[in-house]
Amino acid sequence: MFRHFQALVVCALALLCASPAFAGELRQGGKLMLTSGVSTVEGSAGGGLATWALIAGNETDAGIGGSAHATIVALPDFDLKSVGGAIGLHNRVEFSYAHQSFDTRRAGATLGLGRNFTFGQDVFGAKLRVIGDAVYDQDRVLPQISIGVQYHRATKSAIIAAVGGKHAQGTDFLLSASKVVLARSLVLGATVRFTKANQFGLLGFGGDRSDAYHAEFEGSAGLLVSRRLLLGAEIRTKPDNLGFARERKAVDAFAAWQFERHLTVTAAYADLGSIATFKRQRGAFLSLQASF
Amino acid sequence: MVLLALALALQTTPPGEDPVDPYPHSNANAGATPFKGSAMLAAFHGRAGVDRIADDLVTRIVIDPRIADILKGQDEVRLRRLLKEQFCYILNGGCGYSGRTMREGHKNLGLQTADVGALVEDLQAAMRKEGVPFAAQNRFLAKLAPIKRDAVER
Repeated sequence: MFRHFQALVVCALALLCASPAFAGELRQGGKLMLTSGVSTVEGSAGGGLATWALIAGNETDAGIGGSAHATIVALPDFDLKSVGGAIGLHNRVEFSYAHQSFDTRRAGATLGLGRNFTFGQDVFGAKLRVIGDAVYDQDRVLPQISIGVQYHRATKSAIIAAVGGKHAQGTDFLLSASKVVLARSLVLGATVRFTKANQFGLLGFGGDRSDAYHAEFEGSAGLLVSRRLLLGAEIRTKPDNLGFARERKAVDAFAAWQFERHLTVTAAYADLGSIATFKRQRGAFLSLQASF
Repeated sequence: MVLLALALALQTTPPGEDPVDPYPHSNANAGATPFKGSAMLAAFHGRAGVDRIADDLVTRIVIDPRIADILKGQDEVRLRRLLKEQFCYILNGGCGYSGRTMREGHKNLGLQTADVGALVEDLQAAMRKEGVPFAAQNRFLAKLAPIKRDAVER
């Protein structure tokens, strides 16, 4: 699985080096506010849960940028934390990393894992902008389109196997389209993710019910209220591979506020549905992102 | 004949501007089609508002450290007049545009994407100062955005 990731990285670097922008002097910043998105829990540029075709960082085609994020999703029975970062090269290629920890709190005892048993995973991502400019191509219907790959490595392989998960590692493949419809002050995004992940990968990949790749959908729509504030909603469908607990879609309604050029705070009300037999996991999503 | 008449008309340089070589005139040189109706012009507070925004924009960009160097040696009087014409034309304010095409007008300036970003932010600031509603600002910027492809050096 890691081979796919390496192949994409090599392919992305080759494309980058072939682009003429690489030859010139590097230049810091230059992207318009909010047009590098915020960070997903997987570290990639996006909304909070949904991946966008945008490339992380404030850089343009003439520079290198990046972002770092810290996110907490406080649910009735669990806490999900994510910390990580991304590097954007010439607004063309993005490399991202996030570490997630999923604290089962008291539910861990109920599940027989022990109180505060914590699942975890590392997510390594690469994204390549293939065509289109989400911001400047306002006379074209064509959105910005990116392809991506994410390699997930979950930490608790023994428990994952015990609940029916087939693998502790998995590779997701993503195809994303994003568009700012400036005349309507809208930001729209859609992603198809080919994945086997159970609960984002925290409960492993594939399961007793299915061990095949599933095409899942991530959609987002936002309204630019001011140049600093984006209000929106997201949906992310997920596979349902494990027999012991049903898994359904995640949705959220968010506000992303770039209160300073390099700092964006995102607050959301997220509904992650049922997790490991614990129903109605709805709570607060809070994320701080620094970008350059 | 029409082209010749236009070229001749151009020989008269407006007061305060440097003379320029003749070029074919067309409103299409503005790089965007005008809005229909009068709502957008009203949102920009009419011709007077458009003029204030264009003037304020030039005042901002000549001191913006990100892009000021690019504008050194450029004809600021002509730039002010052409921006007013261009904005007024696109906002359906009844003006004609007498400048060069966007590609010709930005040739050899060495503009990069980040420079366009700075210009957009300065224009946003000028529109904010004039009190143009944010949604109307974005509708206007949507018209201007594709010009970036002609303005940035490839």
